[in-house]
Amino acid sequence: MARGRGELALERGIELLIRLCGVSAILFVFGIFFFVFREGAGLLWSGRFSILEFFGSIEWYPTSQSRVRYGALALITGTFSVTVLAMLLAVPFGIGTAIYLSEFCGARRKETLKIVVELLAAIPSVVWGFIGLTIMNSLIIRLFGAPIGLNVLNGAMLLALMSVPIIVSIGEDALKAVPDGYREAALALGATRWQLVYRVLLPAARNGLLAAVLLGVGRAVGETMAVLMATGHSIRMPTSLLDPVRTLTATIAAELGEAPVGSDHYQVLFLVGVLLFTITFIVNMCAVRIVRGKRGRG
Amino acid sequence: MVDTTAVMFTKLAHYRWTGLIILLLAGAGAVACARGHAQQASNRTGGVVIQNIGSDTMVNVAQAWAEAYADVSPNVSVEVSGGGSGTGVAALINGTADIANCSRELEPEEIARVVAASGREPQRFVVGYDALAIFVHRDHPLDEISLEDLAAIYSEHGNLRRWSDLGVQPRGCAGGRMILISRQSNSGTYHYFREAILGRGVDFRLGTLDLHGSKDVVELIGRTPCAIGYSGMGYATPQVKMLRVVRRSGEPGIAPSVETAQSGEYPIARPLLIFTRGEPSREVREYLDWIHTDAGQRIVMTSGYVPLGEPSQSQIAAERR
Repeated sequence: MARGRGELALERGIELLIRLCGVSAILFVFGIFFFVFREGAGLLWSGRFSILEFFGSIEWYPTSQSRVRYGALALITGTFSVTVLAMLLAVPFGIGTAIYLSEFCGARRKETLKIVVELLAAIPSVVWGFIGLTIMNSLIIRLFGAPIGLNVLNGAMLLALMSVPIIVSIGEDALKAVPDGYREAALALGATRWQLVYRVLLPAARNGLLAAVLLGVGRAVGETMAVLMATGHSIRMPTSLLDPVRTLTATIAAELGEAPVGSDHYQVLFLVGVLLFTITFIVNMCAVRIVRGKRGRG
Repeated sequence: MVDTTAVMFTKLAHYRWTGLIILLLAGAGAVACARGHAQQASNRTGGVVIQNIGSDTMVNVAQAWAEAYADVSPNVSVEVSGGGSGTGVAALINGTADIANCSRELEPEEIARVVAASGREPQRFVVGYDALAIFVHRDHPLDEISLEDLAAIYSEHGNLRRWSDLGVQPRGCAGGRMILISRQSNSGTYHYFREAILGRGVDFRLGTLDLHGSKDVVELIGRTPCAIGYSGMGYATPQVKMLRVVRRSGEPGIAPSVETAQSGEYPIARPLLIFTRGEPSREVREYLDWIHTDAGQRIVMTSGYVPLGEPSQSQIAAERR
C-alpha cells in the first residue's frame, strides 16, 4: 500500500511538471512580448514618434543630424515582397517534393532524398547569405542584366531554399498521416495516381499542408542574416523583382548592436520587433481560423 | 589564407551574436551583462590602469591595442571606452582619462581648458590615419571624381543618378544607373563620409545599399560594374579601382595612398590622434611607444586604417630625441 501511495505521489509530481511545461510556453511568449514592448513603449508616448510617419513614410533616418525620421513603410514593403515571392517559389516545390516522397518514390530513394533535404535545412543562414552575396549576385547581373544582383529575387530565392525543407518534412508527415484506407478505396474505384493525389490526398491532408506552408512563411518572415546579405539592404519601395530592398529583421540586426541602450533609435527598433511579432501573430491566427473553418464545414 | 579564415570566423561569430540577440530580443540585458564582465576582467589584472576614452572611430583599434598590449606588458591594463572625440577631450580636462582618442584636432578653446585645468599643454601624438577611398569596378572608365560630384551623387537632394551624368558608360552596366554602396547608419565610416562629403546636417539619399562591413563594400563593388562606394583604402582588392579625388575643380586628382593621406593632400583622410595631459607618465609613454612600433601599427592596418609610414615613424623618433 505504501508503495502504491508513493507511486501516486510520483505520478502527481510528473503530471504537475508536464502541466508546468505547457504553461511555461505561454508564459515565455507573453513574457517576451511584454519585454519587447516595454523596451520600445517609452517612445510611443514621448511625442517624438508618430504612428502615421512610422506606417506612412519611407524615410528611415535614425541617425540624421538635422532631422531624425522613423518611417518604416519601405521596410514593411521589403519584408512582404521578399516573403511573398519566396512562398510563390517554395510552396509548389515543397509540396511537390512532399507528394513525390510520400506517394511516388521507392523506399531507398526516399531515404537518400530525405537526408539530402534535411541537409539543406542544416546549412546556416549566414552561409546562404554568403552564397547570395557572391554567386547569386553575379549570376543575376549576368542573366537578367540587372544593375545589381542583391535584390528581391535574390533574397526570395534564398528564403525559398531555406523554407523548402520545412515544408517538405511537415508536408510529407501530413500526407503520411492520411489513412491507407483512403488510397485503397480510391484505387479500387479506378482512380489514377494523379487523381488519387489531387482528389483524395490533398483535401485529406489539407490542414497539415497548410501548417507546413505557414511554418515556411514564419521562417521567411523571421529570417535575418540571409536577407541582410542578399537583398541589398537598401531603403526603397521596390518597383520590380530586380530592385534591392531592406527588411524589418535586417534593420534590427544591422542597427541594434550599436544603438545606445535606451535611446530613441534603440526604442524604435524594439517597436519594429513588436511589429514583427504582431505580423507573425496575425499569420498564425489566420491559419487557426482557416483550419477551424474548413473543419467545421467539412 | 589563414588570415581569411580568421576574418571569416570573426565574422561568423559576429553574425551569430547579432542573430542571437535578435532571437532573444533581450538586447538590453545581454549588452548590460557583457559590459559588466568586460569591466571585471580588466580590473582583475591589477597593476597600473591606463584610462583611454574618446573617439568612436578609434574605439575598435584602441580596443585591439589594449588587448594586444596585455601580452606585452601584463601589469599594465588599458581600459578603453568610446563616446566620441568630445567625450575624450572632456575627460582629459577633468583628469579622468590618461589618454584621449581624437579623430579631429583640438580646438584652441579646448587646449586652453586643458592648460587651465592642469597647468600643462596637451601633447599630440599621431597614431595612424583614416583614409576613405572611393571604389568602382576594375573595368570602370572613370579615373577621378570631384568632392562636389560625390556630394551630388550621395546626398539627399543630389541630382547625379546615372553614369551618363558624369559622361561615362561603364562596361557591363546595363541601363547605366548608379548603384550607390554605403554603410549601415551606425558605422563611423558612414558618419565621417556624411560629414566630410555631404556636409553637416545633410543626409544620405534613400536607396543606397547599406552594407555591414568595410570588406563587404569592396567585395560587392568588385562584382558589380554599376557600383560606386566608399571604404577604407586598406580593403582594396584587384577587382576594384580606387578613384583619384579632386578637391576643387581645376585641381589635379589625388590618388589615395599612405603618403598622400599622411601629408594631408588626399581630401578624405584625417589623422587619428591621441592626446595626453602634458608629458605622459612612464607607463603611458611606454604604451604610446609600443603603438608606434611595427606591432602596434600592424593593428592599425588590420583595423582598416592607414598606418604611419616609415618617414613618419622616424620623424616621431627624431622629435623624441
